[in-house]
Amino acid sequence: MELKEKLVSSFLAFENKGNIDLDSTVHAIRLNAINNFEKDGFPTKRDEEWKYTSLNSLLKYDFSLFPNAEKSVGFKNIKDYLINDIDSYTLIFVDGEFNSFLSETTHEDCDVCVMSSALTRPKYKMIIDNYLNTIANKKNSLAELNTAFVKEGAFINIPKNTIVAKPIQIINFSTGNEKEVLLQPRNLVVVGENSHVQIIERHQNISKNTTLTNSVTEIFVHKRAIVDYYKIQNDTNESSLIDSTFISQKQQSIASVNTFSFGGKITRNNLEFYHEGEHITSNLNGISVLNEKQHVDNHTLVDHKSPNCESHELYKGIYADKSVGVFNGKVIVRQAAQKTNAFQQNNSILIDDGATINSKPQLEIFADDVKCSHGCTIGQLDESALFYMQSRGIPKKEAKALLLYAFANDVVEKIKIPQLKALISKLIAKKLNVQLGFEL
Amino acid sequence: MLKINNLHANINGKEILKGINLEIKAGEVHAIMGPNGSGKSTLASVIAGKEDFEVTEGSVELNGEDLSDFAPEVRAHKGVFLSFQYPIEIPGVTVTNFIKTAINETRKAQGMAELPAKEMLHLIREKADLLEIDRKFLSRSLNEGFSGGEKKRNEIFQMAMLEPQLAILDETDSGLDIDALKVVANGVNKLKSEKNAVLLITHYQRLLDYIVPDFVHVLHNGKIVKSGGKELAYELEEKGYDWLK
Repeated sequence: MELKEKLVSSFLAFENKGNIDLDSTVHAIRLNAINNFEKDGFPTKRDEEWKYTSLNSLLKYDFSLFPNAEKSVGFKNIKDYLINDIDSYTLIFVDGEFNSFLSETTHEDCDVCVMSSALTRPKYKMIIDNYLNTIANKKNSLAELNTAFVKEGAFINIPKNTIVAKPIQIINFSTGNEKEVLLQPRNLVVVGENSHVQIIERHQNISKNTTLTNSVTEIFVHKRAIVDYYKIQNDTNESSLIDSTFISQKQQSIASVNTFSFGGKITRNNLEFYHEGEHITSNLNGISVLNEKQHVDNHTLVDHKSPNCESHELYKGIYADKSVGVFNGKVIVRQAAQKTNAFQQNNSILIDDGATINSKPQLEIFADDVKCSHGCTIGQLDESALFYMQSRGIPKKEAKALLLYAFANDVVEKIKIPQLKALISKLIAKKLNVQLGFEL
Repeated sequence: MLKINNLHANINGKEILKGINLEIKAGEVHAIMGPNGSGKSTLASVIAGKEDFEVTEGSVELNGEDLSDFAPEVRAHKGVFLSFQYPIEIPGVTVTNFIKTAINETRKAQGMAELPAKEMLHLIREKADLLEIDRKFLSRSLNEGFSGGEKKRNEIFQMAMLEPQLAILDETDSGLDIDALKVVANGVNKLKSEKNAVLLITHYQRLLDYIVPDFVHVLHNGKIVKSGGKELAYELEEKGYDWLK
C-alpha cells in the first residue's frame, strides 16, 4: 500500500484510539486536515514549491506510523544531544512519546508541558481552541498531514509579563525500535505580552534505522514579546526532516528563528512569518554545512501586512561533495505595509564540483514607500586568502576551515545563548573536520 | 641562507621570471627595485610558494634545501615569511586568533608543543608594543576595515611573532604615511639580527632611508640587470630606470 493510502486509512483507527471528544475543535480540525491531505497528497517536483526537492526516495518506505516507544532509553543514551551545561527546561520525546522521566517540565510561572495533555485537559481548551492550527498553512499538505494526526509535541504557554528564566530544549529522539518510523511532532508556543522565551529544538535519531519526521510548530508572539528559536538539524544520514514553522507576530514583538543544518538525508524547512501589527521585527538566520549527498531546502516567507515593520534574513551555506542546498526566500510587502524595511541575503560557497545550490529570492512588493533589498552570492573559496594563510604557516586544510568558519561567523554571532554558540561552533568545526585552537 | 639559481617562472604560460640569480646571506638586507611589471612581486610569491606560478627552470634553496616541492605553509615552517602588498581581509577571525593559529601550527610542524596561553599573551603584548599597536586592535577581525597603514603594521606584527629566518617585504612602504613608515621600519630594524635576513621589494628609495640595505638589485623584464650597494638606490631615484634598459 502506498504511504498516502496507508495514512488515510489509518486515520479512523487513530481517532478512535485517542480520548478526544468527537464534538471538540480538535476533532474537527483533524477531520478537515485529513480530507485536505487526501485531496492534495504528498507534494511532487511538479509543484513549484518543491521543484528542487523530491520526497520520492522517502515515500517508498513502509513506515510504522504509531511506533512503540523504546522504554529503556536513559539519560546516558541522550545526554550527548542535550546542552548539559545550561540550566533549562527539557521536553524529551522518544519515538513520538513524551518521556517524563527524562524531561523537566513546569507549570509554575508558565506552562512548559506537552500537547497530549493540552488537547485533553479542560484547563487548556481555550488556548487550543484559540490557537491550534490557526496559522499553519492549509496549502501545505504535509502540515495538513501533521494536523490530521496531531497528538503529541511541546506545549508552551507563557503568560504575559513573564521572562522565562531558562531556555527550553525540545528534543525528539527516534531509537530504531521500528525498522522505519514516521514521527509527527506538533508544537504550540504562545508567548504573552511583554514576555520572553528562548527555545532550542532538535530531532535526533540514535539508531541506524530510517526516520522521517514531519514536524509542525505554531508560534504566537504577542505585543512586545521576544522569542528566540533555535533549530539544530544535525541528524544521521538515515533521517529526514520536514519542518514547518508558522509564526504570527503582534505589534512591537521580535521573533528570531535560527536554523543550523549540518546533517540528515533530506531536510526541508518551511518557515513562515505573518505580521499582525506595527513595529514588528522578524529575524531569519540559517547556516547549512553539508557534505556527502545531504540535501537541505530552506523555504521562507515573510508576509509584511502592516506598516513600519522590519525583517532581516541571512542564510549561509557551505556545500561539499555532492550535497545540495535550496534557498527560496519570499518576502511579500502588502499595500498597507508602508515604511517596511526588508532585507534578505543568501550566500553560498561550493567547495566541490559536485555540490549544488539553487537560490531563489522572491520579492513581491505592493507598497511604494519601502526599503527592500536582497542579495545572493554563490562562490568558491578565495585562493588568494588561502595562500595568505598558508604563507603564515597555516596548513591548507586548516586555512580552508578558518575561511569557512569566518564565512559562517556572522550568523553564529547572532546566537544569544553562549553554550549553544559554543556547541554550534564545535559542530561546524567537526563538520569541517578540523580542530581549531579557539572558539569564534 | 637563500640561494636562487637561474629561476624561471610562468603564469598561464607567460614567462615572468627569466633567469634570476640571487644569494642572500644571514644578517644581510637586500632590496629589489624595478619598474612596474618587472616581476618583483612574482619573485616574492614564487619564493613563498604561490601555486599559480609554475617554476619551469632553476631553483630556490633555503639553507641548502630545495624548496620547490614544498607547499607555502611548509616554507613558512622552515622560516620564510612574506609580507603582502595587499593583505587579505578575513572577517570573523581576530588578529589574536589568527596569529595564535599560525604560531601553533608552525610549532606543531616543528615538533613542538603549543605555546601556553599565558606565554602567547605575553609575546603578543611585547610585539604589539614594539610596533606601537593598540591592544584593542588585536581583537578586531583580521585586516577587515583596516587602513592601509594598519594592514602593513599588522603584517610586520605577524612577522615579529613568527620570527622568520627570511622576511620578504613586498611593497611594505606603499600606502604608508611617513609616521607609519617610521614605525614599521623601526620594527623591522629591531627584529633584524645576524641570524636572519630581509628581502625588501619596493618601487621607491624612500623605504631604504629607514631600512638600509646592504645590496640593491634592479629587476627588469624578469632578470636582475644591475646589482650594487645602497648608493644604487639613489642613482635610480635620480635617473629612473630607463638608463638600465
